[in-house]
Amino acid sequence: MLLIALFTIWPVVMALYLSLTNYDVLSRQDWVGFSNYQKLWNNELFWRSLENTAIYAFGTIPVRMAIALAVAVALNRSFRGRSILLSLYYVPVVTATVAIAIVWQEMYDPNYGAMNHILSLVGLPRIGWLGDPKWAMFSIILTSVWRNIGTSLVIFLAGLQGIPEQYYEAAQIDGAGRWHQFIHLTWPLLQPTTFFIFVTSTIAAFQVFEQVLVMTNGGPANATTTVVHQVYNTAFQSLQMGYASAMAFALFLVILSISMINVRLFRSDVQY
Amino acid sequence: MLVPFWWMVATSVKPDDQLFVYPPEWIPRSVDFRHYARVLSVSNFGRYVLNSFILVVVHTLTYLALASVAGYAFARLRFPGRETLFIVLLATMMIPQQVTMIPVFLMIKGVPFFGGNDLYGEGGIGWMNSWWGLIVPSMVAPFGIFLMRQFFQTLPVELEDAGRIDGASEFAIFGQIMLPLAGPALVTLSLFSFDAGWSSFLWPLLITTTDEMRTIQLGLMIFRNQFLVEWGPAMAGATLATIPSILIFIAGQRYFVRGIAMTGLKG
Repeated sequence: MLLIALFTIWPVVMALYLSLTNYDVLSRQDWVGFSNYQKLWNNELFWRSLENTAIYAFGTIPVRMAIALAVAVALNRSFRGRSILLSLYYVPVVTATVAIAIVWQEMYDPNYGAMNHILSLVGLPRIGWLGDPKWAMFSIILTSVWRNIGTSLVIFLAGLQGIPEQYYEAAQIDGAGRWHQFIHLTWPLLQPTTFFIFVTSTIAAFQVFEQVLVMTNGGPANATTTVVHQVYNTAFQSLQMGYASAMAFALFLVILSISMINVRLFRSDVQY
Repeated sequence: MLVPFWWMVATSVKPDDQLFVYPPEWIPRSVDFRHYARVLSVSNFGRYVLNSFILVVVHTLTYLALASVAGYAFARLRFPGRETLFIVLLATMMIPQQVTMIPVFLMIKGVPFFGGNDLYGEGGIGWMNSWWGLIVPSMVAPFGIFLMRQFFQTLPVELEDAGRIDGASEFAIFGQIMLPLAGPALVTLSLFSFDAGWSSFLWPLLITTTDEMRTIQLGLMIFRNQFLVEWGPAMAGATLATIPSILIFIAGQRYFVRGIAMTGLKG
């Protein structure tokens, strides 16, 4: 407990304090009040990174959840080889982000990479992927979706298995088809699970950093820089720790508000 | 799903002249392990692996110890403020790492008496670039404590009572009754701990400054940055960095899946 207090609570307090100073490692600390936040408000790069982060979140979450749900429904019956399939989807999750980012970066190479080759096999033109400002974020989104399907899948599966068989049988007796069953039975009963996955995915998505640092370092032309990436640059490259703390805190507030909005939106109770 | 992995391994064993070919060959015409040799000889890869390994082992042991003790305390022992403290604990789980990383970094840098620091923690580098700095901050374990608490709550109270009637002390109850039953939960936690430790990147990035202390993911990125155009060694490095994770996963997959599901439903 002491450790937790030491390394979590105290740093939060300190972060707040830091964000109100203009500390950079070289000179001494001066209290600057809210001017860091004012500077942040006017900082175009910060808003750009926030926009990119939001695009990232909107890109990854719905797609990932939809795919995970579809696969979960498909895997919901036991059949031979099922656990192997499940593991297959989960392997990318346990593989370190850095390694994945490196491999995908090479797959995205415009000239020799696998991705453009796949495109050409189906007759589509080549894309610049990571080197193209229009496609860079899409590339990162694609990699992340691939990687994280596993976690959502596993949780959806657990949720699906919590729905009793009898409901489905009753529905079938009443003549409901599979699709009908899904919409009126599975989906509503899955709400708590869906909600959980959505909220946790959102929180995680807004904190994206490693893929960005390794694959594009924020480029090209700041097309992929995210908030955490900016925090990192500001704090550890430019050494402006106070300003960076303000940025980190702002991110925290953004995530907090979004989570609260999510909770409000999803508060409908499910009638059994 | 496995396409990228295949690409990684296939590229890592292709000899140089087959690498930059278009269209890319999915099945290597010949297999050559020269890239692996290069990786191991040119960089400090072995050292990175060792560092990560030590980090993971120490982290897992302390994580298990802390989480089980604290989890048990929250689940079964009665003390004032228990519920409040637990809520605070959960709240800290929601704070993103980015908010705390800067202050923690400064705290580590300013540890008194270490790394050339004086009493006030000034003048030197404190715990930076050291084992202490690398391991201690990640010992924070709200997730682990949460998991263990949920688990201990599922064990019947009668077990404890039986122990108490027989006159065992709290410690004995914990050590000889509760802990042995916690096997699956502990295994699950160790797997998560391994995964977290092995793939940790951000924190080593901030804390280590010399090559000797780097952990594997960080080392992989540095290595890749040096060999930007040489795909072969980069893929070989990535493969080396990935194999332990996959092995551990295969060995413990039941626990992984069950562990995620357990927190998913209770969360």
